[in-house]
Amino acid sequence: MRILRFDRVQRGAHWANAALFGVLMFTAIPLYFGSFFGIVFARHTIAEIHLWCGVALPVPIIISLMGPWGRQMRRDVRRVNYWTRSELRWLRTVGRAPLEADKFNPGQKLNVIFIGAMIVIMLGTGSIMWWFRFFPVEWRTGATLVHDAFAYAIFAVVVGHIVMAVTHRDSLKSMFTGSISEKWAARHAARWLKEVAEESPSTD
Amino acid sequence: MSTDAKDVTPVTRAKPVAVGRRVFLGLAGLGALGIAFGSKVQNAVDGALGQGLGFLPFGDHFRIYSITGGFPEVSRERYRLKVSGLVDRPTTFTLADLEAMPKTSFVKNFHCVTGWEVPNVAWEGVKLSHILDTVGVQPGAVALSFDSYDNADTESLSLDQARLPDVIVAYKMLGANVTTAHGGPVRLYVAPMFGYKSLKWLSGIRVVDTVEPGFWEVNGYPVNGWLDGATGPTDPDPSFT
Repeated sequence: MRILRFDRVQRGAHWANAALFGVLMFTAIPLYFGSFFGIVFARHTIAEIHLWCGVALPVPIIISLMGPWGRQMRRDVRRVNYWTRSELRWLRTVGRAPLEADKFNPGQKLNVIFIGAMIVIMLGTGSIMWWFRFFPVEWRTGATLVHDAFAYAIFAVVVGHIVMAVTHRDSLKSMFTGSISEKWAARHAARWLKEVAEESPSTD
Repeated sequence: MSTDAKDVTPVTRAKPVAVGRRVFLGLAGLGALGIAFGSKVQNAVDGALGQGLGFLPFGDHFRIYSITGGFPEVSRERYRLKVSGLVDRPTTFTLADLEAMPKTSFVKNFHCVTGWEVPNVAWEGVKLSHILDTVGVQPGAVALSFDSYDNADTESLSLDQARLPDVIVAYKMLGANVTTAHGGPVRLYVAPMFGYKSLKWLSGIRVVDTVEPGFWEVNGYPVNGWLDGATGPTDPDPSFT
């Protein structure tokens, strides 16, 4: 039996977000390192692409959270927000404490929270850098520093996320197809499986 | 929840903690603090690091931009500065001509309008006012228009601004000849204004009867790029010594 892990809206939001992050990170490299080392290229064009992808960044997530189609998305956001004591213990012991896992394990939850926070921070600092006229110069310096420093963190987390994805093929496939086997859920998300079983007893 | 009774694991679902919100707000708060105090933190760290590592966000280093996607290569021998327009003696100067004029040198910060800053940059060159006196400015002249060897960037200064003592035509920077990346062999350095006013690869100065907004100014930057954000036409840099 297979159960639905990510609905169409979530998959769409994930891949739209991934594409935007991809373009932003790809364009960030020449913008950042090019300016330090004096390498020349069509900087202005790349900067414009970076800017507009940045402005578009929150759009897929906001759309996926709104409206009647966003029910599961909203529900998963609540899941990511609320942690049990055993989840906190699991994180503190780096996965050694026993855990009947939710739909997402604490590491996955942290990833979502981090990316969500980064969207807000990078958009805020990026806006200060681009529309600098409206902000005092100290803020611009601070925003540049924050934007650069968190960019390093984003690269580390996204690379980690991709490594985890390609080494966990079942999870990755579910982000394409939406469904995952009950066997997988029993092993990696037992608490979630129970919840699903309770909600739709007819599938038994 | 009705399932609690069936739970055999030590998981207690009774008191979930809003960890997500806390971490999210914590990170956002860190970002906000960084915006507010990052400039002070950076100054402290830069003081300790000096030039730092070229690829870290900390450290005193320039971020080098070009609006054309390239750097014009002009050798020191072939360099010419053409001064024209409302002047008594239109003149084309070689680099040797400029170096033979009275030198001005000082150490001043370079501020980019987007926020990054390089403190204590050594500059050397000739005062723009000296060049103006050499060619003789005619009555009716109001402003200067600057052209670059990149055939794209332009800049403007009012005559009053151009005559400020810390506005120079620079041929040395950071203790050496101005490199191509930094706008060499000769660039403008307008100390009391943001970096975009300090045009790189200076090729020509035209004395004109009206302020012609330059490349960045056409693209929305203030025509008067005073560091303190003042918009007055001539207020001199109070930090000049």
